[in-house]
Amino acid sequence: MHVIKAHSTSQPPGRMPLVPALEVVRDLRRDEIVITTMGAAREWPKLSRHALDFHYIPSAMGQAPLIALGLALAQPGREVICFNGDGCMLMNLGALVTIAASGATNLTLIVLNNGLYEVTGGQRTAAATCSTDFARLAVASGISSVRAFGDLDLWRQGAAETMALAGPRFVVLGVEAVGADYRLQAPGPMADRMQTFQRALSEPTS
Amino acid sequence: MFSGEEMAATLSGLGVTHVVWLPDSELGPWESALMTCPELSLVRVCREGEAWALAAGLHLGGKRPLVMIQCTGLFESGDALRNVLFDLRIPLFAVIGYRSYLVENSPDTARRFVEPILKTWGIDYRVIARKEDKPRLIDHFQACAAGQRPGAALIAEGRM
Repeated sequence: MHVIKAHSTSQPPGRMPLVPALEVVRDLRRDEIVITTMGAAREWPKLSRHALDFHYIPSAMGQAPLIALGLALAQPGREVICFNGDGCMLMNLGALVTIAASGATNLTLIVLNNGLYEVTGGQRTAAATCSTDFARLAVASGISSVRAFGDLDLWRQGAAETMALAGPRFVVLGVEAVGADYRLQAPGPMADRMQTFQRALSEPTS
Repeated sequence: MFSGEEMAATLSGLGVTHVVWLPDSELGPWESALMTCPELSLVRVCREGEAWALAAGLHLGGKRPLVMIQCTGLFESGDALRNVLFDLRIPLFAVIGYRSYLVENSPDTARRFVEPILKTWGIDYRVIARKEDKPRLIDHFQACAAGQRPGAALIAEGRM
């Protein structure tokens, strides 16, 4: 079991731009399933066109990690990466325990923490007003591979090692708000995207 | 009404691969049998809304999951259920404990709202009130699966 030291999980002190933070994962990504929601679902399609991308729009807020967990359990031969928002994480904190209890080892949950409900215009989350530490919540929930980054250079340096930790993995990235361009738009009809995604899932893993 | 072994055999016979559950006092005694049935995987969630999304992921990944919760959890599930069944159009089937159904003139509001809510969602359901109703559960599951549509079986229960 990977041993976590307290200093490696603490709340990231800084914030990095969102898009370069996502590019780090894009550059490492091979044939993993990638689930996006909220802000990540707006930006990731601009960076990646992959049959195993699933942009969870329209969504039920807070449920993306559960869809990712279901995929991870169904397809243990594949790695699953899920980008979640901090507001979404707050809405379903029990998901951390569900993930820990599931026994899935092929799941990485990345929380993009900007302290805001961004897609509604940038209102502060409750967590932002009281310094909630998502990484420590994950550790306390039973997830042992936990990392937090608030600096883009450190994230670039540590991402590969982080993604290679024993799963499930939980990563908090302190990110900046995107500003005026916050609105969400689904990248095409859900039925078409589901069909493409399921077709890709039915193909054997490499 | 049913033993755990009976329910596990029924579900595995229907091809169910995963039971995603948060039990109540009537469904809870099935735990051991559901856990030990080699064809089934039992997946525990912390609130019922999680169950629908988790089952959706299993379905997308090629498995045949079943959601098993109490009716109070159905109430809790609203937005997740809406999204999974109607936005994603994933035809999940649920076994739902119907609290207080067997209590005549029960004032339990958990009983009062179950069927109106399922009707509002447009979810086809059957009430399984007696042991002899098991074939209805099986027939309904198979009909929903064949039609690629969501469905539910309400397991009649006594007091909470």
